[in-house]
Amino acid sequence: MSNTPAVLVQHLQKRYGSTVAVADVSFQVEPGQIYGILGPNGAGKTTTLHCLCTLLRPDAGRIEVCGIPVNENPRAVREKLGFVAQEVALDKVLTGRELLQLQADLYHLPRSLARERIATVLELLGLADRADQRIGTYSSGLRKRLDLAAGLLHQPQVLVLDEPTVGLDIPSRQAIWDFLRQLRNTGVAVVLSSHYLEEIDLLADRVAIIDRGKLIAEGTPEELKARVGGERITVKLQEFAPPELAQRGAELLASLPFVQKVVINSAQGNALNLVVQRNGEDPLSQIRAHLEAHGLEVFSSTQSRPSLDDVYLAATGQTLLDAELAAFESNLGKKK
Amino acid sequence: MTSAASPIQSSPIPLLTAEFWQETFALTRRLFIQLQRRPVTLVVGIVQPLLWLMLFGALFQNAPTGIFGAGQNYTQFLGAGVIVFTAFGGALNAGVPVIFDREFGFLNRLLVAPLTSRFSIVLASSLFIVSVALLQTAAIVGADYVLGGGIPDVRGLAVVALIVGLLVLGFTALSLGLAFAMPGHQQLLAFIFLVNLPLIFSSTALAPLSFMPTWLRWVASLNPLTFAIEPIRHVYRTSTWSFADVVLQAPWGNLTLAGSLGLLTGFVVVSVLLVQGVLRKGLA
Repeated sequence: MSNTPAVLVQHLQKRYGSTVAVADVSFQVEPGQIYGILGPNGAGKTTTLHCLCTLLRPDAGRIEVCGIPVNENPRAVREKLGFVAQEVALDKVLTGRELLQLQADLYHLPRSLARERIATVLELLGLADRADQRIGTYSSGLRKRLDLAAGLLHQPQVLVLDEPTVGLDIPSRQAIWDFLRQLRNTGVAVVLSSHYLEEIDLLADRVAIIDRGKLIAEGTPEELKARVGGERITVKLQEFAPPELAQRGAELLASLPFVQKVVINSAQGNALNLVVQRNGEDPLSQIRAHLEAHGLEVFSSTQSRPSLDDVYLAATGQTLLDAELAAFESNLGKKK
Repeated sequence: MTSAASPIQSSPIPLLTAEFWQETFALTRRLFIQLQRRPVTLVVGIVQPLLWLMLFGALFQNAPTGIFGAGQNYTQFLGAGVIVFTAFGGALNAGVPVIFDREFGFLNRLLVAPLTSRFSIVLASSLFIVSVALLQTAAIVGADYVLGGGIPDVRGLAVVALIVGLLVLGFTALSLGLAFAMPGHQQLLAFIFLVNLPLIFSSTALAPLSFMPTWLRWVASLNPLTFAIEPIRHVYRTSTWSFADVVLQAPWGNLTLAGSLGLLTGFVVVSVLLVQGVLRKGLA
C-alpha cells in the first residue's frame, strides 16, 4: 500500500468573473474514508467538487486524485473518479439498464464485464426489478439510487457526491448512507458535500467546513467539537422563569469557575444556557448544589456535547441555519 | 498554474481506436432509442417537407415552363431545394438536445467520463442526424417523383446522399459548437430562428440566381446551401451528367459539380475545426 492520498486539494481558488466562488480551500482524503464538506448554500461546495471532478478548471491551486494532477491529466483522473451530481441527470426515455449500458460504454467497459457489473450494481442498490422500466416512472429516491449505481459502474477509487440526499425521504436517505458506509469499508474514498449537519456528523470520518469560499475548520467531527470545547448545559429554574429570577440565577452561575458563559434564553422561557468546562467532577451536580445553597431550585436541566453547528457558530459567528436563511434571502433579492 | 496552458486530450481525433467508436455508438444509440420511443418527431420531420413540396409547388403551378431552367417546371426545380433545406433544418437544430442535456446536467455525465475525445459527442449527433436526413430525403425524392418532378438515376441518387451527408455534417458541427458556447437554450433557439429562413431565402432553394438582384446573387453564390442545391438540381435535370458539368454560373465564376463537392467538403472541415476549438476551450 502506498501512502498516496486519494484526494489532495491545496489552496484551490476559483472565480466566476468578479465573484469569488472558492477563495482558499485545502483538504486531503485517504482511501477508505468518508470525507464530508459542510457549508451553507453558496459556500463554494459545488464549485470545489466540480474542480475536483475535472468539470471546472481551477484558477489557482493544486488538485490530485490518487496522485494524478487533475490539470495535467484530466482523463486519467476521470478513470479513477465516480461523480454523482446534485441534480439527478437521467434520461427519462431510457430504461435504467439502458442508462447503465450507456455509462459502461462511456467508461469503455467490455460488453460481458459491463453486463456483469450492471447486474451487480442493480442488485446492490435494490433496482433489479425496475431495471427494464423507463426512468421516467421512477420515484426520486429510485432515481438517486440509479444515479449512484451509474457512478459506481467502473469501480472508481474515489466517489464524489454533491448533496446526495437532498429532497429524499428518510428510508432512501438511510439506504444511501448505509451503502456509502459499505463502500468506504471496501477502501473507496467517498467525498460528499452536504448542508445537513446530522448527515455529516453521522457519516463522515473527517469534515471540512467551508464558508464563503474559505475553509474555516477541518478535522474529525469529534476533534472539531472538542476544539470548540465545553459542554452545553441548559438549566431551567421554573417552567417560565420571571426575568429577575433568571437574572439572579445567571449571576450566581457566572461566579462558578468552570462556567465559561451564561446566556438567558428568552425563547426557552428564560432558561439559562451555559457553556462549561469539564473539570473532573460532574458540573451539573455542582451547579445544582450552588443554586440550592442560595435558595434557588432547579426545575429541569439538560446536558449536551457541542454539535457541528456550534463549530460553525464559533468560526463564523452565525449558525448554519442563519447562513442558509441569509443565502436564501439574498437569492430572493436577486430574483426580484 | 493558470488556465492558460491546456495541452490535454481531445486534440487529435483518435478515430481509429475501438474506445472512440464504443463511446460514439453508445451516444448514437441513445438518440435512436429516443427517436424510437418518441416517433412523432420523425413523423413530423417527414410530413413537413412533403407539405412544403406540395404547397410551394402549387404556388407556382402556373409559372411558364422553362423560366426555372431548361425544360423544368417548378415542382422539378423545387425538389432539390426542399431536400437541402430539410436536411439543413435538421442539422441546424442538432444542438438543441445537447443544450438541454447541458442545462439538465446530463452533459456533465459525459464530461466527467474518460472519453477518448469529446468529438465523439459531435460525431454521435452527426451520425444520428445524417440517418434521419437520409430518411427524409428518401421520402422527398419519392414524393417529388409522384408529383411529377422526376427522379435522378442511381449515380445521381448517390450524389444526392453524399451531398446531404456533407451538408448535415457541417451544420451539425456548427450547431453543436453553438450549443457548447451559448449561455442557454433561449439564446440558441433565438439564433437558430434568426439564421434559418434567411439562409434558405438567400440560397437558390426557391428561386434561381437569374431572378435575383446582383447583391443577392453574390450572397446566394457564397451560401453553402447553394453549393448543395445546385448539384442536386443538376442530377435531377439530366441523366447524362458528369462531375465536370457547370452547375452554377456564379458572379465570381462557373462552379462545377466536382467544385461544389469540394466546397462542401471544405465547409465540413472548417466547421469541425471550429467546433474542436470550442470543445477544447470551454470544457477541457
